[in-house]
Amino acid sequence: MSATKYPPDHETIAARLERSGVSRRHFLSFCGKLAVVAPMGLAITSKLTPEAIAATVGAAKRPSVIWLHMQDCTGCTETLLRTSQPDLATLILNVISLDYHETVMAASGHDAELALEDAMNANDGKFICVVEGSIPTKDQGKYLYLAGKPGIQVLDEVTKRAAAVVSIGSCASWGGVGSAGPNPTGATGVDQIVKNKPVINIPGCPPNPYIVLASILEYATTGKVPALDEFHRPKFAYDRTIHEHCPRRAHFDAGRFAKVFGDDGHRQGWCLYRLGCKGPVTHASCSTRHFNEVVDAWPIGIGHPCVGCTEQTVGFKIPIFQTVEIGRPTPPDSYPSIFPEHKPVSPVATGVAGVVGGALIGAAFIGAKKLGEVDSSAETKE
Amino acid sequence: MHTAKPVGGPLLTKNYLVILAFAALGMVLIAWRMFVGLGATTALSDGYPWGIWIAFDVVTGTAFACGGYAVAILIYIVNKGKYHPLIRPAILTSALGYSIAGFSVFIDIGRWWNGWKVPVQFWHWNFDSVLLEVALCIMCYMVVLWIELTPAFFEKFQDSSIGWLAKFSKAALPFMNKALIFIIALGMLLPTMHQSSLGSLMLLSGPRLHPLWNSPFVPLFFLMTCIAMGYSIVVFESVFSSIVFKRGLEVPILKPLQKIAAYLCVAFVVLRFADIAYRGRLGLLFKFDLYGVMFWIETILFCIPLVMVYAKFATTLPNLFRGAIVLAVVGAVYRFDTFLTAFSPGPGWHYFPSVPELFITLGLVALEIAIYIAAVCFFPILTGDFEAAR
Amino acid sequence: MEANRRSFLKGCAAAAAMTAIPATALARERRTASGDAVGLLYDATKCIGCKSCSVACKEANGLSADGTEFGGGLYDAPTSLNERTKSVIQLVRDEGQSAFVKKQCMHCVDPGCVTACMLGAMTKDKVTGIVSWNGDTCIGCRYCQQACPFNAAKFEWSKALTPKIVKCELCKDRLAKGQQPACAEVCPRGAVIYGKRADLLDEAHKRITGKPNLYVNKVYGETDLGGTQVLYLSHVDFEKLGFRFDSDQSAPSVQQTVQHGLYQGFAGPIALYALLGAVVFRNRKNIEPKAEE
Repeated sequence: MSATKYPPDHETIAARLERSGVSRRHFLSFCGKLAVVAPMGLAITSKLTPEAIAATVGAAKRPSVIWLHMQDCTGCTETLLRTSQPDLATLILNVISLDYHETVMAASGHDAELALEDAMNANDGKFICVVEGSIPTKDQGKYLYLAGKPGIQVLDEVTKRAAAVVSIGSCASWGGVGSAGPNPTGATGVDQIVKNKPVINIPGCPPNPYIVLASILEYATTGKVPALDEFHRPKFAYDRTIHEHCPRRAHFDAGRFAKVFGDDGHRQGWCLYRLGCKGPVTHASCSTRHFNEVVDAWPIGIGHPCVGCTEQTVGFKIPIFQTVEIGRPTPPDSYPSIFPEHKPVSPVATGVAGVVGGALIGAAFIGAKKLGEVDSSAETKE
Repeated sequence: MHTAKPVGGPLLTKNYLVILAFAALGMVLIAWRMFVGLGATTALSDGYPWGIWIAFDVVTGTAFACGGYAVAILIYIVNKGKYHPLIRPAILTSALGYSIAGFSVFIDIGRWWNGWKVPVQFWHWNFDSVLLEVALCIMCYMVVLWIELTPAFFEKFQDSSIGWLAKFSKAALPFMNKALIFIIALGMLLPTMHQSSLGSLMLLSGPRLHPLWNSPFVPLFFLMTCIAMGYSIVVFESVFSSIVFKRGLEVPILKPLQKIAAYLCVAFVVLRFADIAYRGRLGLLFKFDLYGVMFWIETILFCIPLVMVYAKFATTLPNLFRGAIVLAVVGAVYRFDTFLTAFSPGPGWHYFPSVPELFITLGLVALEIAIYIAAVCFFPILTGDFEAAR
Repeated sequence: MEANRRSFLKGCAAAAAMTAIPATALARERRTASGDAVGLLYDATKCIGCKSCSVACKEANGLSADGTEFGGGLYDAPTSLNERTKSVIQLVRDEGQSAFVKKQCMHCVDPGCVTACMLGAMTKDKVTGIVSWNGDTCIGCRYCQQACPFNAAKFEWSKALTPKIVKCELCKDRLAKGQQPACAEVCPRGAVIYGKRADLLDEAHKRITGKPNLYVNKVYGETDLGGTQVLYLSHVDFEKLGFRFDSDQSAPSVQQTVQHGLYQGFAGPIALYALLGAVVFRNRKNIEPKAEE
């Protein structure tokens, strides 16, 4: 993707930030956060300092983003916007070029539809399509209409002309809460419908906005989607389970469990597994990347068991308070084996026994030999 | 010739002091064990709760101490009076052996202060417990053995300068000789019971005992081998004391004893093979793992005494002595194997006696020898012409 | 000499015939669990290895920490049942498959330890079938340990004067108060549950029928070694979990068949004594050594 193909209004991220008066300090702090979100697995953050990251990211053109809303609650948008620092939303909107977004744009009605058409034309084949919400597929998708067209048709039209698709939230990733039984609308994720474009799933209800940004910036900077797992989730954020980095893990290992909400164990911050925590089977980075820059702003942090929202087989499928099976591909070393070793044999004792035994046998046989001398007389007695 | 009399002579020779030193070391270690407990002094573990104090001091020690029992069978049951000169030293060895075994048990048990309840609190007796039977039998037999030995003491004390003791001894001696019938019969019944039951003890370890040793015939096996070991020990001890006290050898009666012992061993080996074949475990003999090898070592050693009795080159006295030693050793090996080697509590468990364990056992054996020598010096135990040999 | 040996061998044959009785004697009747026997059902497929049962067990039984082996003295990390540990979680790793297993006293239907104990310090409750230890008559001989096929009874080796036998007694004090055994109560997954043995057996078989592909088709303890009141379900072979024996016969049944066969309610020894007495009386001249001369 060469820079010259971008329209003139798409300047580099660094230039845009400077023009809109966002301080370099804020940008560096943002880059630092990116590095925390994706310490490994992304090209843009594989640098040693925030400055180096800022240099790479800042040199990239602002990616054009078209944001579609399907069957959603707008929670994913909210989490993107509602950050603790007011500047950050500004910063985000300056880093990416959010060219179409039903919630945050001023236009409505035909103007809005025109804006979508313009945005697509301006960056045809280059823009990133972000989808929020599940897509109803039952009954020709009649459960969701956008500007007189079924949502599934809108999705098809937009993604056809996009460079890549980002499914934000569990709904867009695999159907989310809308797909919970009996799934009346036939809600599915984007990657079940869009097969000819790279789709990045960022499940979560909501997902951490930094994961979305990091993925988009990675694509804007390098032109490549980040490494994905079998469910199209960026590995940098979804390669581990909550359990692996859970701050309450020590309590799990020690067998200390809260039994009911509000009991002593719960108040003391013990493990929530017995209350149905899905941490052990849920691949997500919540345990290390808390929400909205507030420490412990995530379910387990505030004392609620993880519900497994990032996992299609868990979230909205297994009841919240039901405990889950824990797969153990590599159990920890802190378990004794079936036949542990016990008291070893003392080499000193074996040595002493050998000496004593040898002395006795030697003495006996020397005694027997001596007997030979008196033997003749004894034989005569017989 | 057949009259027993004290050996006399100086007791505290250099060798005797060495023996006493070992015994004293053992006693010091026993005191240490009593203060710090079993875990700190022994190599015993939850996997091997019984070590050499049981396998050697009790199980092997009492089998060695079956001399009195074995010779009594010959004299009183098979009616061979000519073996009479052997009975008193044999009973002395037995009495000492059983007493030392009892003492070992006392050291070995963890709650020894409860031990008195075993013979006393009969209302708690568990009649399923083989160990209870063994314990009670051994206790009774210990008493029986010392009673059987009382004539020796009375004979000594009737010449005592202490008036009442001499009077009592003189009065008791004829009474004892009459009452001895019942005691002697008891002295044969009890070892028959507990020596066989010592074998049954390990049946309770069930699958943890290797099938080559885990036989329903183990009571018979233990009985046969203990009698053989008893004869061997009598031979050994007789030859040993003839060296130490330079008295005439009792070769004419020792050789048949050793012969009987050797035959018993071979009979045992044959029965054992038959039993293993009957249980369909012959295949285990040719696995040549630790168990297979130990089994063959036992088998070969059990056959050697017979060869030593009959082979032309081997009919000399030293070989008689050696045969007795081999038999005693293999009897011990068989018991060690049954109680320790063939007993497998599972991977990860190991047992080899610790240094204190070894020296306590050694000390107890030294104590036994020391008392034996002292006893034959002062009491009419041994027969024979000591002066003549000197 | 010849006569001597012949009569001796005759004696041996008689002794052999007597000791051969066990082979022909009827085996002791197989023991069965009482209808109200209680126990535990442990399901290895459910266990997550959290060790909360071990922690709860130590708390309920007032056991001290075992800082000697695995934890390097820092943690309470026993490697197996021991004098401070009545319940432990162990792990088997086998070609990618792994399984946890909880070890504790199995409360055998026909317990070797109870058979072994001289003064009945080990008892099996007639109703609940719980095997427990009573220090009043224990002399610390450790025959119960020698007799336990599961290595479950432990001895306090560290104590010089008052070592106890330590093993799971199924929290009988808690049961008396209407509570469950601590391990079953605390388990977050229901991997170990408490109940009547008969109900647990039903449940176990139900689970196997429900998920035949998951479970090994066997409830360990149903009949093994005479049956146990602690039952096991597993997704890996029981042998790998450390259950080394697949015999259905309890060791006591074998030993008792042999011993009771020999003793016949003590009639055997009495008869033998009478016989020995008679023979000794016949040969009484031998008692007086001088008589022979």
